[in-house]
Amino acid sequence: MTATLNPLYRFDTLVVGAANRLAFTAAKAVAESPGTVYNPLFIYARPGLGKTHLLMGIGHAARAINPRLTVEYLTLDEFVESFHAAVAAGQGEAYRRRFSDVDLLLVDDVQFLTHRREMQAELLRLSDALQTTNRQIVLTSDRPPAEIEALDERLIRRFAGGLVIDISAPDYETRVAILRRKAEERRASFGEGVLEAVGSLVIDNVRELLGALNRLVAFQAVSDTPLKPAQARALAGGAELAEEKAPKPEPTTREADEFSDFLSEVSATVAQQVDSWRTRVAAAILRWEGEGFSTARLEALLQQEMTTDPEQVLRQFESDVHRLQALHAEASELAPSLAGSSAFRDPEDIAGAEAITQRAREGAHPPPAPLPIWRLDDLFESAGNRMALQAARAVAGEPASRYNPLVIVGASGVGKTHLLHALGNALAPRVKGPVACLSAHEFTGELIEAIDRDAIPAWRARYRGTAAFLLDDVHLVAEKDRTQDELFVLFNYLIESGRQMVFTSALPLADMKSVEGRLRTRLEGGLVVDLPAPEREVRQQVVERSLQAKVGAVDPELAAYVGSRPVESIRAVHGLLQRILNAAEAQGSPPTVTLAREVLEGSQPKPPRKTATRSSGVVAPAAGIKSREKIVWDWLDVGDRIVEEWR
Amino acid sequence: MSLVNFTAREITCKIVYYGPGRSGKTTNLQYVYGRVPESRRGRMVSLATQTDRTLFFDFLPLELGSISGFTTKFQLYTVPGQSYYNATRKLVLQGADGVVFVADSQARRFDDNLESLQNLQDNLLAQGVDIRQLPVVFQYNKQDLPRDLILTQEEMDDALNFREVQSFSADALHGTGVFETLKGISEQVLKRLAAGSAVA
Repeated sequence: MTATLNPLYRFDTLVVGAANRLAFTAAKAVAESPGTVYNPLFIYARPGLGKTHLLMGIGHAARAINPRLTVEYLTLDEFVESFHAAVAAGQGEAYRRRFSDVDLLLVDDVQFLTHRREMQAELLRLSDALQTTNRQIVLTSDRPPAEIEALDERLIRRFAGGLVIDISAPDYETRVAILRRKAEERRASFGEGVLEAVGSLVIDNVRELLGALNRLVAFQAVSDTPLKPAQARALAGGAELAEEKAPKPEPTTREADEFSDFLSEVSATVAQQVDSWRTRVAAAILRWEGEGFSTARLEALLQQEMTTDPEQVLRQFESDVHRLQALHAEASELAPSLAGSSAFRDPEDIAGAEAITQRAREGAHPPPAPLPIWRLDDLFESAGNRMALQAARAVAGEPASRYNPLVIVGASGVGKTHLLHALGNALAPRVKGPVACLSAHEFTGELIEAIDRDAIPAWRARYRGTAAFLLDDVHLVAEKDRTQDELFVLFNYLIESGRQMVFTSALPLADMKSVEGRLRTRLEGGLVVDLPAPEREVRQQVVERSLQAKVGAVDPELAAYVGSRPVESIRAVHGLLQRILNAAEAQGSPPTVTLAREVLEGSQPKPPRKTATRSSGVVAPAAGIKSREKIVWDWLDVGDRIVEEWR
Repeated sequence: MSLVNFTAREITCKIVYYGPGRSGKTTNLQYVYGRVPESRRGRMVSLATQTDRTLFFDFLPLELGSISGFTTKFQLYTVPGQSYYNATRKLVLQGADGVVFVADSQARRFDDNLESLQNLQDNLLAQGVDIRQLPVVFQYNKQDLPRDLILTQEEMDDALNFREVQSFSADALHGTGVFETLKGISEQVLKRLAAGSAVA
């Protein structure tokens, strides 16, 4: 029985290094000139160093050179088996002839000749016959002839008569070259230094080296990240190998194969399973990062190379994220301004998110505060507003003890809102806690939103936590039953808690028919002061201050003129002044009283004035028309008319 | 037993060879022992009687080295097959990550196989383990014996393997099917890693 040559075991697939160069050269010489140079050629080496590869390589090369050459390759076991079969069949002579006629006989693993005297005799005879006819015989063994136990002395001499050559363990360069070659054959590519790292391990068995490469390939196949040199070393089992290289009897080829096969499969399975964790962690990072959460913990986990149970870390991380999401939802309901806050995006700072939410729960999230631009000291006192101002100062001086609630009643534009915010700012440093200052319209709007988000308790808490509650335009709660209910409850709560409340209304309380009596009477129970239309001196002061702010200089004549205009509110004063300033800007000249007259009264239009109009008999009666600005000399354009009507 | 210890970066698999007496459990371990390089195997502990029957249990630790950064160890155990050693079997079975049921293919041992399989299920159940949830493979040993003495793999499957788990034909004495069986159970046990169902 003759085994066929393995087509992969050729000279060109053999990596030649210092360890096997001599054997390779001899083998090549034999293949090129069988039976003439080294006959017999005896190659020995420990298992896994390439004896069989070299032996079959000779066969392939010799055939390539001379296809008519008869080449026989067989292991000693097969040699023995076929001999026994031939003898049993009475064909001993035919068997001998068969091998005697072979041009190149390749016998593997002759160390098994031990104690087989008859086979030794047969091999001796065959060897002599082949040599006599210049036919080549090449033998391999895992040890030199002299160490094959009980080997016939004559055989040892015959072998010594040819060339006995050994293959030693591959050096580092050869190991790396082997790894590169094999990796290339498998179309596997590795990062820089990976194969070198494995090659640096003291693996002096090529088969084991290829086993290590198998593990690298298996790992790489299931890994998204390139293998690092350190990992490759670990994967190749470097730690143990470095220590275990004391000369120990190796298992035979078949034994080693079975175990290394097993090891390879287990390695691939473990690598695949371990890698699945990495994939899961990476997926979790992508997911949570995409949702805006900090994933530092998971990134650290990847870098730590699994020193902790990744499943546990993932579970904990997801639980933390869910906690943050719950806190975020709750806090957003309590305080809409907290929606989208980055404080709820860091799973490493749950405590911070908890604290923010807790503050929101406690209503610490401040309700709308008074606008800081309005100060009580900036208000101009006059006979008309003196009472209201003094009441406000008294409230600011002694919150919740003098006038609670304080209700300021006045027509639209007289400065109620101004006074309310100014009072709020004055109260802020004197009370412990936030000062809420908002309009009834905003108050109702917030209530509707809270109902919509089912967050009424939080909304109530927000206002119950205020140290002072200032509500503008309370008359707007008319016909808003739910707002009135809430305001009533809040009113009682704040009064009982000793908090200051201030309201403004454009309507006298008695006229607020659509406001429930229980609320109206409570408002009346405080101090109700009127804020009348501003007097001339107040209007003039307002104009002066405005001019100072907007133009940088005050024209007393202009201020006096504008202040003298008979308007009912501060807002109207500002409107007049703004018209004058707009006209001045259009003309590119500073605002003057002349211009003001032109703008407000139309007394000196630029185009030639048709005085005939005035002589046409339309004469203002002495008391019929209060203001000359009501006499239209030139019709305003539509836009101006709308503004005018709006005013 | 913890299958994966992330702190110690260690994977430990406990595999128990179960089956009726004289079915070849110890032979399996001995074959593996003989094929593993010395550096990778621990001392095989075998407590046997004078007639080589397993008295208590066999234990073979295998060090597979560092795999994917984890020191991987396999612990192979056998149980004594004889029915009167049930307490020992229960003890050895505790914390098993996988079971190889080594059945004797001889027709005359048919009932012994069934009895032992039933005993395995009972003992697992007593520990709160459902055999359906545990990696198990069958090995039909002694398939090298003359055909008229044994049941074929198909017949053995019909008789024992009603859950259709992996099964292997073997001749443990000469090594046929031994490593295939070990590979089969190892793969199943290790794949539980991904399922996150490490045996506590």
